[in-house]
Amino acid sequence: MTTLPGSAPSVRDGGGSAPILAVEDLFVEFRTRENVVNAVNGISYTVSSGETLAILGESGSGKSVSAQAIMGILDTPPAQVPNGEIWFEGRNLLTLPAEEQRKVRGPGISMIFQDALSSLNPVYSVGFQIGEMFRAHRGLSRKEAKKHAVELMDRVRIPAAAQRVNDYPHQFSGGMRQRVMIAMAIALDPKILIADEPTTALDVTVQAQVMDLLKDLQRETGMGLVLITHDLGVVNEVADNVAVMYAGRIVERGTVDDVFTRPAHPYTEGLMNSVPNVEVKGGRLQPITGQPPNLSKIPSGCPFHPRCARRRLGAEAAPGRDCAGDRPPLRLVVPGREAACHYSEEVLGV
Amino acid sequence: MSEAAGATAASVPSDSESALPPAPPPGAPLLEIKGLKKHFPLTQGVVFKRTVGHVRAVDGVDLTLRRGETLGLVGESGCGKSTVSKLLVALEKPTAGEILYKGRDVAKMGGRALKQYRREVQIIFQDPYASLNPRMTVGDIVAEGWSVHADIAPRKGRLQRTQELMDRVGLNPDFVNRYPHQFSGGQRQRIGIARALALQPEIIVCDEPVSALDVSVQAQVVNLLEDLQDDFGLSYLFIAHDLSVVRHISDRVAVMYLGSVVEEGTDAQVYGSPSHPYTQALLSSVPLHEPALRGQKDRILLQGDVPSPANPPSGCRFRTRCWKAQDICAVEPPALVDRGQGHPSACHFAEARTVVPVDVD
Repeated sequence: MTTLPGSAPSVRDGGGSAPILAVEDLFVEFRTRENVVNAVNGISYTVSSGETLAILGESGSGKSVSAQAIMGILDTPPAQVPNGEIWFEGRNLLTLPAEEQRKVRGPGISMIFQDALSSLNPVYSVGFQIGEMFRAHRGLSRKEAKKHAVELMDRVRIPAAAQRVNDYPHQFSGGMRQRVMIAMAIALDPKILIADEPTTALDVTVQAQVMDLLKDLQRETGMGLVLITHDLGVVNEVADNVAVMYAGRIVERGTVDDVFTRPAHPYTEGLMNSVPNVEVKGGRLQPITGQPPNLSKIPSGCPFHPRCARRRLGAEAAPGRDCAGDRPPLRLVVPGREAACHYSEEVLGV
Repeated sequence: MSEAAGATAASVPSDSESALPPAPPPGAPLLEIKGLKKHFPLTQGVVFKRTVGHVRAVDGVDLTLRRGETLGLVGESGCGKSTVSKLLVALEKPTAGEILYKGRDVAKMGGRALKQYRREVQIIFQDPYASLNPRMTVGDIVAEGWSVHADIAPRKGRLQRTQELMDRVGLNPDFVNRYPHQFSGGQRQRIGIARALALQPEIIVCDEPVSALDVSVQAQVVNLLEDLQDDFGLSYLFIAHDLSVVRHISDRVAVMYLGSVVEEGTDAQVYGSPSHPYTQALLSSVPLHEPALRGQKDRILLQGDVPSPANPPSGCRFRTRCWKAQDICAVEPPALVDRGQGHPSACHFAEARTVVPVDVD
C-alpha cells in the first residue's frame, strides 16, 4: 500500500485514478437510555478501483457499523455520526442533503449482506427486485427492467435465468439468493461494492463459488471491493489489503501477505495463533485470553491491553507508552504497514 | 460412576430394564451405529394429513466411537449431521438401524437402562443463546440434571459441586447466581459444557459447539474440550462444518453427504489423501490462512447445489455434481469400503489425491 490515509486529495478533487472512496476519522455511537455505545472510534481508510480491501474483525469490532455509515443505512436514532467524512466522487457524503446522498450512493456504492433471505423481499419476484434498480435510477419501464434483470441473473451465473426471473426468493437456495443479491448490487455498475460477510451463512463449497464470482465481476468492472469478514482464510484468498479492527478502531493495516506472515499488532498475532489450519495438524491452540471489550466501557489506553500478553504497564513501560494510560495511535511501523501498538517493533522483531 | 448402578442392577429382572455394564477399556468401541436411518414424513393437507414423501435426513450411516477418542463428523448444511446427534441422545427415534451403546441397542432400552444411557451420553448445542433457559440461574442450569439423577450428587453438597464445575470450565464460581444474559457467548458455551459434565458422562455429542463463537474465543473452548477429555477420559462425537477445527480436535473423521457417510479415516488419511471426490472438493474449497500457500492447492469448484434429501439421486448421491460420474454411478450405490486407497471411501472410482498442500514448515 503506497497511499496512506490522512489526506486523499484525488478523492476530494473528484478526479485521478487512485482512491475512489475515502473514509476519514469516522465515529459512530449508539445513544441508549442507559449509556453510549462507541461502536466506531475514528477510522480512516481508502479504496481504489480494482482494489480489494478486507476489514477483518470479530463481532462488535465495528466493521459492519462503519459500512452501514458509508451506505447511510444506520438507524438514526439511536445511531449518530458525531464526526467523520466520507469522500466519494469529490463530495463528502455526510454533508449532502438526504436526497442528494441517495442519488450519489444509489448507482455508485452498493452493498450485499450476510443473510440474503432476510435482505430480499419475500412477496416480490427476484426479477422485480433486481429490476427495481433500473426503474428507480434509470427510469426504465417494467418490461425493460425485467429484461435487464435476466441479463444480470445470467451474469451472476444463475442457471436458466429466463425461466427463474419470476420466481420468489424462497424458491432459491442460499447460494442462489446471494447471487440474486449480487445481481442487484452490480446492476448499475457501482464503483464500490461493500460485501458484509457475504459468505458467512453459506457452506464452504458454495462460498468458493460466490467468492469466485465476486472476483470475476471485479476483474470485469474494475470496481473497488470492501470485504467485511471475520474469516482469515477468506481474507488471505481474496483480498489485496487488510485492515484489522478491534473495539471500533483499526489496529493494523497493510498488504495481506505482510500482515498475515508477520503481524505487527499483538491482536493480529493472537488471531493468527488461535485459528487451526486445515493443512497442518498443529499442537495446542494459543487463544487470546479474556473477552472482547464492552463498547460502552472501552478500556483506557490501548483497548486491547487487558487481553494482551505483551502489555507494559507503569514502571515497565517506556515514558509516554504505558499501555493502560496512553492510547497508541495508528502509526507507520515499517514502510507499507501501520499498527496501533506502542511496541509494534517488538512484535515484528525489527 | 458405574459401580453404584451395577450393584442395584442385580435386583432388576428384565433385560431391557437392567442397568448398563461398566465402560470398556480405552480404545475399545463404546458406541456403534449400524445402518442408521431417519426419514421425516412430508405431509400435505391441514385436517386430513397424508404423507406425500419422506425427507431422508439420515440414510444408512455406520459409525464407531471408541472410548477416549474424538470422532469428527463434517458435512455441509442439510447433510444430516445434526439429525445423527439428535438420534444419538435419543431425542429422535431411528426409522431403521441400530445404535449400540456398550453392546446394547438404545431403541430397545427402557426404564433404568435408558435413563442411565441418557445420563452417560450428553450433548452441547451450537447456539449458546437459545440452549440456556433465560429464567434460570447458572447454578440451577448446571444442577438441573441432578434432580433426575439424584444419585450423582448428594443434595447437601450440590452448591459446592456446581461451583467446582464452574471453576473447572473456567467460569468464576462467584457467578453461580447470575443469569445467562449476563454472560458472553463463549462463557455461555462454558455453562453448556458444565451442564453436560455435571452428569459424569462417557460421551459428549458436540453439535457445532464453536460455530457461533468469535475466532479468538473459539480456541479457548476447543482447548477446554481437549483438557476435559484428558482429565475425564471422555469420548466426543464432534460435529462441525469447519474443517480446520475438526481436523484439529479429531482422531478420526467421517465426511457426510446427503444422509450418508462418504469417507472415513484418521485425520491424516482424510485430509492428507482424500479419495472421495466430494471430500476432495470440500477440502479444496476451504480458504487457507497462509499467504505462502495461496494458489498452491487444487481448485475443484463444484457446480450446482446439494440435491433435495426428499428426492435424492439414484445410485451414488454425489453423482449429479461429480466429475468422475459414469453409468454405473446412477445404478449402484457405492459401498463405504477400502478400494486400495488405505481407508474406506464410498466411491466406485476412489483414488487418493492430495488436494491441500501439507506441512510448509
